[in-house]
Amino acid sequence: MAGRLSGVRLSFEINGEQRSADDVWAGESLLYVLRERLGLPGSKNACEQGECGSCTVYLDDVAVCACLVAAGQAHGRRVRTVEGLAGEDGLDAVQRAFVVAGAVQCGFCTPGLVMATHDLLRSNPAPSDPEIREALAGNLCRCTGYEMILDAVRAAASEVAQS
Amino acid sequence: MSAPASIGPLTALGGVEGGIGTSPQRPDGALKVRGEFAYSSDLWAEDMLWGATLRSPHPYARVRSVDIGPALTVAGVYAVLTHEDVPGSNVFGLEHPDQPVLAVDLVRYQGEAVAIVAADHPETARRAAGRIVVDYEPLEPVTDAERAAGDGSLPPLHPGGNLVRHVRIRRGDQNARADVVVRGRYTVGMQDQAFLGPESGLAVPAGDGGVELYAATQWLHVDQQQIAPALGLPADKVRITLAGVGGAFGAREDLSMQIHACLLALHTGRPVKMVYNREESFFGHVHRHPATLYYEHGASREGDLVYVRSRIYLDGGAYASTTSAVAANAATLGIGPYRVPNVTMDCWGAYTNNPPCGAMRGFGAVQACFGYESQMDKLAAALRMDPVELRVRNAMSEGTVMPTGQVVDSPAPVAELLRRVAGKPLPPPANTADLRELPGGVSNTTHGEGVRRGVGFAVGIKNVGFSEGFDDYSTARVRLEVIGGEPVAMVHTAAAEVGQGVVTLQAQIARTELGVQRVTIYPADTTVGSAGSSSASRQSYVTGGAVKAACEAVRAEVAALAGVDPHELTLAGGKLVSTGGTVVGDLAEVLGDTVVEQTVQWRHRPTQPIDKLTGQGNAHVQYAFAAHRAVVDVDVELGLVRVVELACAQDVGRAMNPQAVLGQIQGGSAQGLGLAVMEEIQVAGGKVRNPSFTDYLIPTILDMPPMTIDVLERADPHAPYGLRGVGEPPTISVTPAIVAAIRAATGLDLTRVPVRPEHLTGT
Repeated sequence: MAGRLSGVRLSFEINGEQRSADDVWAGESLLYVLRERLGLPGSKNACEQGECGSCTVYLDDVAVCACLVAAGQAHGRRVRTVEGLAGEDGLDAVQRAFVVAGAVQCGFCTPGLVMATHDLLRSNPAPSDPEIREALAGNLCRCTGYEMILDAVRAAASEVAQS
Repeated sequence: MSAPASIGPLTALGGVEGGIGTSPQRPDGALKVRGEFAYSSDLWAEDMLWGATLRSPHPYARVRSVDIGPALTVAGVYAVLTHEDVPGSNVFGLEHPDQPVLAVDLVRYQGEAVAIVAADHPETARRAAGRIVVDYEPLEPVTDAERAAGDGSLPPLHPGGNLVRHVRIRRGDQNARADVVVRGRYTVGMQDQAFLGPESGLAVPAGDGGVELYAATQWLHVDQQQIAPALGLPADKVRITLAGVGGAFGAREDLSMQIHACLLALHTGRPVKMVYNREESFFGHVHRHPATLYYEHGASREGDLVYVRSRIYLDGGAYASTTSAVAANAATLGIGPYRVPNVTMDCWGAYTNNPPCGAMRGFGAVQACFGYESQMDKLAAALRMDPVELRVRNAMSEGTVMPTGQVVDSPAPVAELLRRVAGKPLPPPANTADLRELPGGVSNTTHGEGVRRGVGFAVGIKNVGFSEGFDDYSTARVRLEVIGGEPVAMVHTAAAEVGQGVVTLQAQIARTELGVQRVTIYPADTTVGSAGSSSASRQSYVTGGAVKAACEAVRAEVAALAGVDPHELTLAGGKLVSTGGTVVGDLAEVLGDTVVEQTVQWRHRPTQPIDKLTGQGNAHVQYAFAAHRAVVDVDVELGLVRVVELACAQDVGRAMNPQAVLGQIQGGSAQGLGLAVMEEIQVAGGKVRNPSFTDYLIPTILDMPPMTIDVLERADPHAPYGLRGVGEPPTISVTPAIVAAIRAATGLDLTRVPVRPEHLTGT
């Protein structure tokens, strides 16, 4: 009989809460653990090879593709996902701008783009269009043609600037 | 209207905010930006198992034996199934049931499903699948569709041979002669829909011996029709609810994991989740048909088209899928939106051992448009005419007779669309001091040396809705009642929301027709009648028409309650209003405790099959048009292309949701840009060489230029609200426009898409 996958217990701070996952197989990504073990499927599994940006999360405040991080590498560290960006029922300025601007169609790319935009505006609160394009070049969207995503980023930047 | 300044007034018809002609926020928008929208890959059930699929590594092989023993010994495995475990019919298919649920003694493409596994961890399921021993005898694959269509000496891949369909159109003088003749051969590579949400879903066994399936699809009821016979169950025991759909673009018309997950769930008695990864997704759905197109155009010296003769070959791959419909579109739309008195058109769709091909946005029309628009540019050059002038001179309009003999009986402003994009100011030259404005971008491949600019135009045509006599309908259930003192409407259809915004649109229509602010859209499932497919640009038209009709039936019942003539009644702002504009009652008061509910099945006007020998017949319900102008910069030394700007003009009949219309035009244009310069599934000897987003490139935000968009609203008198399907036309004309611009920049005679660097450098 071939062996069952054996696992370990991992602990993280996720969206401000201490969470742990049991019996995690060493091959599992942070993305898998978030989605399948911790009930946080907001980070998306579009390519699972670091090409699409849909699974972007903050790991200790650095934006990463959760699919490329082995879950064990995140042990003992801080993770912030799209679910933790705003309060209980509210929307972050970036989230609000995406809805209003029409930047959401199927929405599968949206959590990653929201996180990437959030990250961009932290370091560059008033990006030019070419700067927005460079910053979001790692996030694929198949529905929108990106025009309304640009609108959303501009709108979010101006809202952040006014607040 | 231009993007994105005018999104329309918030308050329009119905006297409430968010009716038709406005752009209310999507009802699923907040959930999607918060990461809380439940897509088909996000589902979870207590005690669920994971499914995995073993696929053929060979494009064509005999299966001598399958030994599942080694997989069954893996700890954590609960089921390993082969075709022997399929309780019902082992074949399925969208139009022709020709594909095995699980392979029997033959595999016809690389990636064909052979066996399925359920285990307690996805990795365990995958590893167990890898331990199944299949003894294959590889066979020489059939890979050339042009040969497969006519060469009887090739081995037949299916009992009826390798021809799926030959569409033949003959109109006018078959021996017509012309002053100026141009000929060309064009090829279109295999494009992938590349939706971001992978094939996935959850099947849950039910107490009555049936199954509840939550999956992402474009058409719930056609899935049900194919799944139930395979499971050996009556349709009512296969209940499907639409899970969140991460894009579709045609790739979810055919089944992927649906039957497999149900089989595993019924076999194990436990919920089973299946999620393809990106590589498996490339093998898990059909692609756009590669095409080879031969064209001959004849024109008078003045530039009037005299005849078009064409032969088109479409590679359907191993199974039929929608090849018949794709061939019909390519043929019936194959001369483009032009007046041509004499047409000889043949289009063949063939079986090969390449990946199966089927629906993708603009199906059939995309391939043909690259051919006929390339020809129009070639003809313009031969005539020494401006390419826009030649197109405008021959542009079809209302009243034009199509090659099928069908008279176009609604606006067809093709000439105006062309004039609009041609009349726009051109973007300034690239600022060579800023690398980001140059081909190659910050890769620092040029500072402007070797960079040439080009401008190109194209216009395209697409049929809206299902054609050729298909009974194309949708069903809507609408309820009106008072909740908390306020009238509230509920709309229930099976229309698949795939991102396009049909959920928003249904609420807009209910607000407009019933004059109520609050509208609840029920989840799409099979407990209501079929809505037809979210494809062929048809849902606004057909499900929109059904919701409108159901609202009208509800309104008539309200009129009866109030004792008012239904023809004299509108509902607006929660009031009953007479034709003269007088308020004759309060809706909440008239309703009281009464719940008014109506279910309506609604059809567009019928279409007809086309004649087998001549192709004559009123095949299509509606035609839609878009034109593009593309401006490109090409680094001719390195073969790098930067699309600088796209201009688009499209007639949508009525912009039901202006923001969503613009979103369709922008997104559709991006997919056409992909086909023009980067997207191709590369197949060699029947094998896919690039099944990943590392090697199959889709446009990023750096590739997609700014767009200027003109939306025309020339009402179609036959359609609900005058609307015209929107989703596909922008994908069709953008590809040839970009290639025309690259030709203008380079002087090269480019005959193939996607255009690759080596086509430009000759290396």
